[in-house]
Amino acid sequence: MSVENKFTPYMREDRLPHIFCPGCGNGTIMNAFLKGMEKAEMDFDNIAMVSGIGCSSRIPGYMNCDSLHTTHGRALSFATGLKVANKDLDVVVFTGDGDCASIGGNHLIHAARRNINLTVICINNNIYGMTGGQISPTSPKGSFGTTAPYGNQDAPFNLAELVAAAGATYSARWTTVQIENLVTSIKDGLKNPGFSFIEVATQCPTYFGRKNKLRTPTAMAVTLKMNTVFKSAADRMRPKELEGKIVVGEFAKRQKPEFTENIDRISEEKFGKKTLINSAYEEEL
Amino acid sequence: MSEEFFIQGNEACAKGALKAGCRFFAGYPITPSTEVAETLARELPKVGGSFVQMEDEIASAGAIIGGSWGGTKSMTATSGPGLSLMQENIGYAFISETPIVVVDVQRGSPSTGQPTMAAQGDMMQARWGSHGDYEPIALSPSSVQEFFDFTIKAFNLAEQFRTPVFVMADEVIGHMREKITVEDDIEIVARKRPEDKDNFLPFKNVENGTNPMPSFGDGFNIHVTGLTHDERGYPDTNDPKAHHELVQRLCDKILNNRDKICSVQSGECEDAETIIVSYGAPVRSAIEAVQKARADGKKVGYVKIDTPWPFPEEQIQELCANASNVLVVEMNLGQMFYEVDRVLRNDTDVHVLGVIGGLLPTPDEILSKIDEIGGN
Repeated sequence: MSVENKFTPYMREDRLPHIFCPGCGNGTIMNAFLKGMEKAEMDFDNIAMVSGIGCSSRIPGYMNCDSLHTTHGRALSFATGLKVANKDLDVVVFTGDGDCASIGGNHLIHAARRNINLTVICINNNIYGMTGGQISPTSPKGSFGTTAPYGNQDAPFNLAELVAAAGATYSARWTTVQIENLVTSIKDGLKNPGFSFIEVATQCPTYFGRKNKLRTPTAMAVTLKMNTVFKSAADRMRPKELEGKIVVGEFAKRQKPEFTENIDRISEEKFGKKTLINSAYEEEL
Repeated sequence: MSEEFFIQGNEACAKGALKAGCRFFAGYPITPSTEVAETLARELPKVGGSFVQMEDEIASAGAIIGGSWGGTKSMTATSGPGLSLMQENIGYAFISETPIVVVDVQRGSPSTGQPTMAAQGDMMQARWGSHGDYEPIALSPSSVQEFFDFTIKAFNLAEQFRTPVFVMADEVIGHMREKITVEDDIEIVARKRPEDKDNFLPFKNVENGTNPMPSFGDGFNIHVTGLTHDERGYPDTNDPKAHHELVQRLCDKILNNRDKICSVQSGECEDAETIIVSYGAPVRSAIEAVQKARADGKKVGYVKIDTPWPFPEEQIQELCANASNVLVVEMNLGQMFYEVDRVLRNDTDVHVLGVIGGLLPTPDEILSKIDEIGGN
């Protein structure tokens, strides 16, 4: 039954099969990531992945690179330390809506504010999948979850906009049904020398679908597609018209000084020192 | 050539960190530890190191764990409220076997408590603060010199055992100024990199419990997780045996090396009928109390605990074997007292002088307490 995927060499084959449910968007997004990574001509051996807790955060565990699967919500703080310690690494963070927008919301806006060179793939399924279908900070108003049996009353975060406002130099949103745009966006995010945030609206038929009358992956994919509005069109629409829509496109694309470069610059300009890498292995510094 | 400095405790801690090879500090401002961060913010760029002021203490603990896996000796410094916030990530450092140093300059608590006043109320938080079973290492300095020395020792132990190490100071030691001597032949333990890239198991159940540690980017392609994991680092969360073996190894690698980690200092214990057991700043009063008592012909000695964790039970049992009374002096209502009592209660009456409010217990307060418990 196994069909060789061209991306298999990037994976820890001894960890397969993965734990994702049938119809989950994570596989599509892994595929898009690796495709974008190849298009960006990245050296896969130089990539280090960091993640928090949740379904999306399990992705680095299947990738054959250094991977740090951390505590819930805190991936960006671990990634900040890793990148500062070794800025030569290409650090990629996989996270989800609960992980980075709820418990990790503070780290998200501060990492964006610092414009630290990390590429964040935020897999937004509008629900807590790993714990069984509770509403998240991106659950649409009126949607159902095990902790919103009468419908969610809270307004959701607009993550790609939030991160752009917080200072990221690249922020975009796509869905699992716009693969080519997503791949290009991942490529651009990886190449951007600053904080890059790519939100991917995805389907969770197991929990979001079950609770919201979208039980099949196809039903969810069709809904994603039907609700999509390109940013250029959305910019001309009224808020009322955009209710329930998923605006896709780029929300930030600009250049600003990068965090670890600033650290290096102070050491070099003021003290003539280069930031050390792998100094823990030295007996004398 | 050794060098001498007249500096503040928190500055000595920062100096010790630099000497030990710390090249990454992530922290959040909190009284009375802030001078550690301020000193390192100034000094790290001069030696090719990095300083980051994080958004909170949770992020600070996360960042230094990330920094450590990035191949850099990493530290944070905080006080009680910050230590509370760091606990989950400290537990992550235990299970992922990440060397980090966490400095806690203790202040009056619980909660926001007394930011500028001294206390030792976090001793059990260092021991049990994160959820689950683990064996921490903690050092407790009683002078500015020791704050320097113990910070270096903390880094060495962290590397030697691939584990978080606490330096449990207090506001008195953090803010006092004393002369310190920096010797020129200080031992520094460097991290050991594994050799065989193809067959290396980062979490192997090795005899001494501690594996060498590659850094990210070295080409080992390792997976590090806070989930219960196998020798490769892959999650293995439903096998009771795998969990037991992992957690037992993490505890044993500390407990089986107590002879290498535990340290106490003592004075006048041989013929002492009453022994004062203390750690951190109150030791200074304890030693003076012993001198005063001896001048009055009273047989009093002291034991100073350098390493509250792992608790140096054998050393304390040995030193207190002939005493009829033991008095634990600490700046809380009795925390390490329960440990001392646990190991001595069969042979000795153990008492506590627990002082809270922020002021160091004085030698006279200690002597009055000794009179009260009938020591002579």
